[in-house]
Amino acid sequence: MEMPCRVLIVGSGAIKIAEAAEFDYSGSQALKALREEGIETILVNPNVATIQTSHELADKVYLAPLKPEFVEKIIEEERPDSIMLGFGGQTSLSLGVALHRRDVLEKYSVRVLGTPIEGVEKALNRDLFRKTMMESGIPVPPSMVASSVEEAIEAADRIGYPIIVRVSFNLGGRGSIIAWSRRDLERDLLRAFAHSEISLLLVEKYLHHWKEIEFEVVRDMWGNSVAVACLENVEPMGVHTGESIVVAPCQTLTNREYQVLRSASISVADAIDIIGECNVQLALDGSSEKFYVIETNPRMSRSSALASKATGYPLAYIAAKLALGYRLDELLNKVTGLTCACFEPSLDYVVVKMPRWDLDKFHGVEREINSEMKSIGEVMAIGRNLHEAFQKAVRMLDIDEPGLVAGQYYEKHDVLEDVLEKLRRLEPYWPLHAAKAIKLGASVDEIHRLTGVDKFFINIIKDVVSLAEELRNTTPTDPDLPKIISEAKEKGFSDEQLASLLKLPAEKIRELRVKHRIKPYVKQIDTLAAEWPAKTNYLYVTYSAQEHDVPGKIDPRPGLLVVGAGVFRIGVSVEFDWCVVNFANAARKRGYEVIVLNYNPETVSTDWDANEKLYFDEITIERVLDIFSHEKPEGVVAFVGGQLANNLAKKLEDSGIRLLGTCGRSIDVAEDRAKFSELLEKLGIKQPPWTIAESIREALRFSEDVGYPVIVRPSYVLSGTAMKVAYTPRELTHYLTIATKVSSDHPVVVSKFMDDALEAEIDAVSDSRRVVGVTIEHVERAGVHSGDSTMVTPPRKLNTSTIRMMHEAALRIALELGVKGPFNIQFIVKNGEAYVIELNLRASRSMPFSSKSRGVNLMELAAQAVLDNRLRLGVDCDYFEIPPSVWAVKTPQFSWPQLKGSYPHLGPEMRSTGEVACINEIYEIALINSWLSATPNRIPMKSKSILVYTGKREDREMMSDTAYYLDAGGYDVITLAGAQVNGVEEVSGSEIIEMMRMGLVDLVITSGFTPELDYNIRRTAVDLNIPIVLSPELARELSKAIISLEDHSEILEIRELSEYWSKKIPICSLATIGNRANLSD
Amino acid sequence: MQLLSIVFSKYYLTYYPLPEWWKNLYVVDECGFEGLAVKYCLKRCRRGLRGLLLLEDGLLVEGCGFGSPGIRVGEIVFTTGMVGYPETLTDPSFCGQILVATHPLIGNYGVPSRSILEHGLPSHYESDRIWVEAFIVSFETSPSHWASSKSLHEWLAEEGVPGISNVDTRMLVKHIRDKGVMMAVAAVYPEENFLELEYLRKLLEESEHYNEAYLVSRVSPRKIVIHEPGGNARRTVVVVDCGVKYGILRELLKRGFRVVRIPYNEDPIKYLHEFNACGVVFSNGPGNPELLSDTIRSARAVIEYGVPSLGICLGHQILAIASGAETYKLKYGHRGQNKPCMCVERSKCFVTSQNHGFAVDENSLDETGFKLWMINVDDRTIEGLKHSSKPIITVQFHPEGSPGPLDSSWIFDMFTGMVEKYGDAL
Repeated sequence: MEMPCRVLIVGSGAIKIAEAAEFDYSGSQALKALREEGIETILVNPNVATIQTSHELADKVYLAPLKPEFVEKIIEEERPDSIMLGFGGQTSLSLGVALHRRDVLEKYSVRVLGTPIEGVEKALNRDLFRKTMMESGIPVPPSMVASSVEEAIEAADRIGYPIIVRVSFNLGGRGSIIAWSRRDLERDLLRAFAHSEISLLLVEKYLHHWKEIEFEVVRDMWGNSVAVACLENVEPMGVHTGESIVVAPCQTLTNREYQVLRSASISVADAIDIIGECNVQLALDGSSEKFYVIETNPRMSRSSALASKATGYPLAYIAAKLALGYRLDELLNKVTGLTCACFEPSLDYVVVKMPRWDLDKFHGVEREINSEMKSIGEVMAIGRNLHEAFQKAVRMLDIDEPGLVAGQYYEKHDVLEDVLEKLRRLEPYWPLHAAKAIKLGASVDEIHRLTGVDKFFINIIKDVVSLAEELRNTTPTDPDLPKIISEAKEKGFSDEQLASLLKLPAEKIRELRVKHRIKPYVKQIDTLAAEWPAKTNYLYVTYSAQEHDVPGKIDPRPGLLVVGAGVFRIGVSVEFDWCVVNFANAARKRGYEVIVLNYNPETVSTDWDANEKLYFDEITIERVLDIFSHEKPEGVVAFVGGQLANNLAKKLEDSGIRLLGTCGRSIDVAEDRAKFSELLEKLGIKQPPWTIAESIREALRFSEDVGYPVIVRPSYVLSGTAMKVAYTPRELTHYLTIATKVSSDHPVVVSKFMDDALEAEIDAVSDSRRVVGVTIEHVERAGVHSGDSTMVTPPRKLNTSTIRMMHEAALRIALELGVKGPFNIQFIVKNGEAYVIELNLRASRSMPFSSKSRGVNLMELAAQAVLDNRLRLGVDCDYFEIPPSVWAVKTPQFSWPQLKGSYPHLGPEMRSTGEVACINEIYEIALINSWLSATPNRIPMKSKSILVYTGKREDREMMSDTAYYLDAGGYDVITLAGAQVNGVEEVSGSEIIEMMRMGLVDLVITSGFTPELDYNIRRTAVDLNIPIVLSPELARELSKAIISLEDHSEILEIRELSEYWSKKIPICSLATIGNRANLSD
Repeated sequence: MQLLSIVFSKYYLTYYPLPEWWKNLYVVDECGFEGLAVKYCLKRCRRGLRGLLLLEDGLLVEGCGFGSPGIRVGEIVFTTGMVGYPETLTDPSFCGQILVATHPLIGNYGVPSRSILEHGLPSHYESDRIWVEAFIVSFETSPSHWASSKSLHEWLAEEGVPGISNVDTRMLVKHIRDKGVMMAVAAVYPEENFLELEYLRKLLEESEHYNEAYLVSRVSPRKIVIHEPGGNARRTVVVVDCGVKYGILRELLKRGFRVVRIPYNEDPIKYLHEFNACGVVFSNGPGNPELLSDTIRSARAVIEYGVPSLGICLGHQILAIASGAETYKLKYGHRGQNKPCMCVERSKCFVTSQNHGFAVDENSLDETGFKLWMINVDDRTIEGLKHSSKPIITVQFHPEGSPGPLDSSWIFDMFTGMVEKYGDAL
């Protein structure tokens, strides 16, 4: 095969549930593999927070919506000779299929590298897949295809209940239904049809409590293939693999079962002609050797990212090389540097992946774990046994539980029946419920019956519970205590768990351990179970060992331990990984031996070939100290990994560890509401009035004084968790009695909520003498969490004096606190006055965006400040704004459809799962393209209607403006009777829902939180993939932008990212009204 | 190397002067030593048994015991296979060896019932007993599986095989990788007892070395065994049984062959005539191939007659030696299920199951009539030979998997084809 010269790679766009950072990792690996070959790469991905959208990885980067017309334009411009579709998830594959169907690839002679489109279609179209499998003699579950509700019901009757209905081209299992009866089926069918691009359904036998096994298969053009990993889903069939706890390697299969499933997986890869990598899911009967192939993903997937991290086999890198035409045996196993890639990793450890949910943030959402993916992030724990790996995984979830046992939930009084009910419904984090149920007397058999989980795994939990209860009954003078502690450490108990069970302080436990030489060992992951020496330092820590695999400090360079961001959740996502990776790169360039600690399998930072050493382990004080004492680095970097790492800062400093960057004491000032407020007063910086209330009465009195609305939050929670705006005393009382408890032990922070104010922030870096930053304005008014806001930079509405006031505040705070490194300040602007509302002395969520909007790298600047002690930009004792050359707009991505039942709305708590950004010299184009980059947004068709309404009186005027603009622009605008805006046709709620179902509504614009009024409208809209705009400000800006464009071809003119930075294009705005673009100096 | 009577010293040897060899002994977990008597220190052993492993070069490792108490001597080797411990333990090729499993959790699915049969042979077994001398694992787990009839511990106890758990097997593997395979002694004893280290050392010193041991005679049957396939046998093949795995027999039976298993030192030509057979399989087996002069002699005859033949593992080595090639011992062997092999004729790769400590020397192939057919892609060692003029093929790996992948089971199809084509000409 001829080597390509220019390859276009399509990313996966915004992070949403079921499409997360794993595609940043796989895309980055592919880009590396191509760069090694001297191939020029062009990357299209609007996800500004990714590591791959960087010139260090791709030669050309386009932040553009992943829609065929945009990508076609880029192909026309760049003329790549080939395209790779396997590294950007389902988004990228679907886009590839669309480009192929539009003959774009043919027109521009673009060759598809890797699995051919025909193969992709065979894998994705259920009917075709089934046919292909049957032709190859591979067993598939009995099923029938239906294209209407009636057909589906008939098929189900013939197959017999229970059945599962799957939808073609689905994503994250969305739209699949399990029905136990005909009535269940009828109810859920309509919704399923809405998500199917081809309206085809597959009605299948539901394999109740069968085991779910996955294989990752790698195959080259010559048909050589290996099954790199076998992953066992702990939950049985019927639970989405993204919702499942996954164990690698498979634990409960006999050789015969393993081999028959492995061979079937390879046959699947052969049948659909995979070139690269695919994931095959299989179902195995729990009481015979009967099995079926369920499905395959002909691309890199979440599971393949996990498998790469679990085995050390770089699947994406290898897949990219195979797509270029290499043979498997020609490629080297980079871990050993000696052996070839045509082998199957052997693991001498076990891996547990656990999903992390954030369901509490969503109003009305379903809680059961089922065939639809709802989890936001995942963790991967490595241990020498499953007890250890399970306990580590629970700690990694960062849900305030110290392991399977001995935490708040485990100790809390509960009735067994309630706990069993949670298991029956399979609620999130079920191993915690299982542990508790066992403690309360439930048997392993009973839990197996309720959950379908193999008893092998439940026995593991039982062992941990028995040991915990034994520890509880052990006195500190027991001569066997050291032995028991030793066993407990091997089974993954943390010092904290031991302390609470033995009723001893944690320091005492550490002391005991040191005295009895119970210590952790550092082990290596090497793909070959130590059969060959490994070159890489991919490490984990375990107590089940008798020696270290690698010595501690031997590298002559100074060491730096960089603490990663841990599990992704709402509010912490790929942007922090960007910070970790970019800071680590900057440190490595400066000659440091960079040691990264992180445990998120989806990330680039946990790529073992990026840094000198990677510790894939938990981020807890205990573990950081373990690693610190083994590696003896110069210092610890805790400011790039978001709040999790930041929270360790003070404790680390107290343990005598040198923290790089801003000192822990200053961080403490920023995090402590009272100390921070004092500081602001001292510096003469404005802040909204606030108080700490220890009772409802105090909260009410304060609110009366400053006037409603007020914003309330439990003081111990940071970053907008459980925040609430109260407009009346009744709302305040309600919140303080129902949602959170207030007492002297649990005081709440109440502050004046500035209504109708602008919100803005500064992402900056300081070397404690000067500040360099980027100023950002929010489109949405104050009250919407900054992570859910549409961000614009440079600011458009802020006037020069306000901006100057903000810069001044940033400078004063930085100098006063001796800030060294990145920080972020949030402001509320009312009547030209800027009030500081929050300070984070660490890297922030928006830093990749602010960096890419200006063509700088704030992490490189942070390295200058922290490692070189001097920022090379700016002037001492002054604030320097990095000069903008274009407009950049960042749009949040929500995952409403995936969060079944949740009510779409905005508020002070963050709910978006990802973000995208576009850049343009014209503001309106930047705004529209950015908005279009989030799914399912699209420019509404004039043949359809736009629904504009609001249940919030304050927003009515602005919403009426929106309706007016759209109407004037030639759109058919309708409104909801009873929550109507002025001047357009009123329609009843039920009619609107009917119109939506008929496909007559192409955009929904609304605001506020009024579930009693419009729950069904909003839910129907998101379930039917109709774009929804939830804030009046964004609605107005968007509608003006949409109608200001002559036709929509001009939005397709997108340039390569660096052109926007270098060309100094005059920046302008199309609209004349309301544009007070003020570029700061 | 047979099971020795268990000797427990009841006295403490706290004040003995340290012997000369002690200097070479390095201890992994320092605590727990009272002079030469070893006492378990920090770990709790749930079976009330302690385990001790002493290697030829002085490495001493403590663990917990499971299975049967006892003291066994053997060559210490490791396997990187992650599944199939019942198949592995019953593989006769492991006779004379102490096996270390790199996969940390062993026993997860228990021990499959012997009554699950395929072609009249138990599906999950490779012979009718456990052959490893002792089994070393990180963790011995509680089983759960529909096919399980007992736990690993129970099985080992029944068969009198000692097991040692709670050992850092990765450390052991690295040690063996660096120093090469060597002799070792494994001891499992009740924890209330004390064990004399000096005794273990002497035992190790006095035992016959693996390379010199005539192990095949222990695993080969005393008289012929005939296996009939289901339905009408299409042809008969003779298997020279040097310790054949049931997996090989199952593959032959599956292809409709009637199988005549003959003792390793009997003449296959005789049985070819007697049973009107038209193919020979030289099986796998334990130990040093160069010691098997009888079998090598009969292999030479088989080659001369041009009987369609297949050599697997030891059988491959025997056929190679019979035609003039030489074998050598690998530093630490190939044992696992993830080994890449390439068929040099068509550049096609397979993942194979392997279990061998010796290999055929590529430089000795000239004038043997054999040409290189398969190589190990990792270390370029020979994995298969093909005769240039006769229907004879040999593979160093295990095309029957069991345990291991079935990617190369086509080797049996190829052999079947050879038998069909050339068998009648005999």
